[in-house]
Amino acid sequence: MNKSDFTILVADDDPDYLYQTVFSLEKEGYKTIAVESQAEAESVINRIKPSLAIFDLMMESDDSGFILCYKIKRKYPDVPVILATAVSHETGMSFTIDSEQERAWIRADVYLEKGIRPEQLDQEVMRLLKL
Amino acid sequence: MAVLKVLVIDDEPGIRSGVSRILNNFHVTYPFMDEDYTFEVTEAATGEDGIRILERDLPDILLLDNKLPGMQGIDVLEYIRKRNYDIVVAMITSYASLDVAIRATRDGAIDFIPKPFTPQELKSSIENITKQLYLKRITHKMKQEGKKIRYQFLSVLSHELKAPLNALEGYLRMMQGKQSGELIDDYATPIERSLQRIQGMRNLIMDLLDFTKIRLERKEEKIQEVRLSDIASSSIITAQPYAIQMDVSINLDIRSDAIIMADPDDIEIVFNNLISNAVKYNKPGGKTDIIIESSEIEGILIISDSGIGISKDDTENLFAEFVRIKNEKTRNISGSGLGLSIVKKVVELYHGTINVESTPDVGTVFTIRLPKNPVNIT
Repeated sequence: MNKSDFTILVADDDPDYLYQTVFSLEKEGYKTIAVESQAEAESVINRIKPSLAIFDLMMESDDSGFILCYKIKRKYPDVPVILATAVSHETGMSFTIDSEQERAWIRADVYLEKGIRPEQLDQEVMRLLKL
Repeated sequence: MAVLKVLVIDDEPGIRSGVSRILNNFHVTYPFMDEDYTFEVTEAATGEDGIRILERDLPDILLLDNKLPGMQGIDVLEYIRKRNYDIVVAMITSYASLDVAIRATRDGAIDFIPKPFTPQELKSSIENITKQLYLKRITHKMKQEGKKIRYQFLSVLSHELKAPLNALEGYLRMMQGKQSGELIDDYATPIERSLQRIQGMRNLIMDLLDFTKIRLERKEEKIQEVRLSDIASSSIITAQPYAIQMDVSINLDIRSDAIIMADPDDIEIVFNNLISNAVKYNKPGGKTDIIIESSEIEGILIISDSGIGISKDDTENLFAEFVRIKNEKTRNISGSGLGLSIVKKVVELYHGTINVESTPDVGTVFTIRLPKNPVNIT
């Protein structure tokens, strides 16, 4: 399989982060769908099954990313999900997805702090897509 | 280990005992929470009984059937809403009609549990409800504890300052790697966006200076006679270029001018923020009316706009720091999220009041009353 056989859904309300993420993924050859809100992401999920999803944690509400993880995993248990955020540590909300218990709650496969380099992101995506 | 009180109101004994059985051996853990939650279930067969228990036990969670023998579930909801109980309500219902669902949601129900449900379905709903309850209470607690708020303020601030830097860094790396091509024209979007983020950051820093100034400055020597019409005129001049760009007209109506004792810089902050919001959240061809009135003891400022308006839910948080109303209509409008919290701080400093009334898609009216001779300004 080629990278161009995969469609990645990216949801983030920071238009610049969205632009840059999509740009770097497309540069690597993936197809992408970019949305700026939880509501738009939900409507995409209802229509199509992406190969992988990258969700920002805080969009319309503080836990938009959690809700999206939950919803996409319920509909497509096999779609890998990356949860990205810039805020968790600073707000005192600290969590990981290292333990089984946390995994049961936060239905993401990978949790990433924002500010990651495009190469790192591509590595994570390739690993999750088993490329 | 904390215990949440659950009240189930349902006329079917099987449902009630089922809920009790499932929840009495259930606990919820969540990475954010300090401790696990367990549940203590009380049962009521009618709405009337349920309300008696509500008043006696003040439960945290209510599982409410809509179809009851006497009083209906919707009536119980309305009762709760009128009394402002701090309770989370989920409707248990077989095939809720759309109408009931809409009314129930409007009256504060946050979840629907379809009947009949499996233990797992009930548990998932309770997990979700517990999480919401926890987040709601922790926010409330933080609001009460000034110290924590300050810490939270700094943490959110650092996030707000980091976000534009991340964006700029990303764009610069794209250019450094010549990822869009060899020509400078290939980078028109990244350059334009970078400039916008820089402007946003500059606004944030200006707001932040206003914010700290109000908190820290010694006031006594700056208090002088301030004529509200003077401040209004100079604020209008400041906002005019932006208003022209947005095709919004600004009208000043001095019904009775007011002179109040204040630091003119503070009053200017109030006018500047409210006028620029009235222009910013407006529609092309719209207008902003500024009315100045005076009573014996107060100067009154009324700023109304014909803009996008604010929903009732959103007005509750409007004056909190870094709150920006996020929806389809505001997505292209930038702001620091500090403006109205600054306005509120100034008004409170002078022992005045601020009131907002808004109708979505029609407009918003801010009314500010400032005492002419405020005492104890510290």
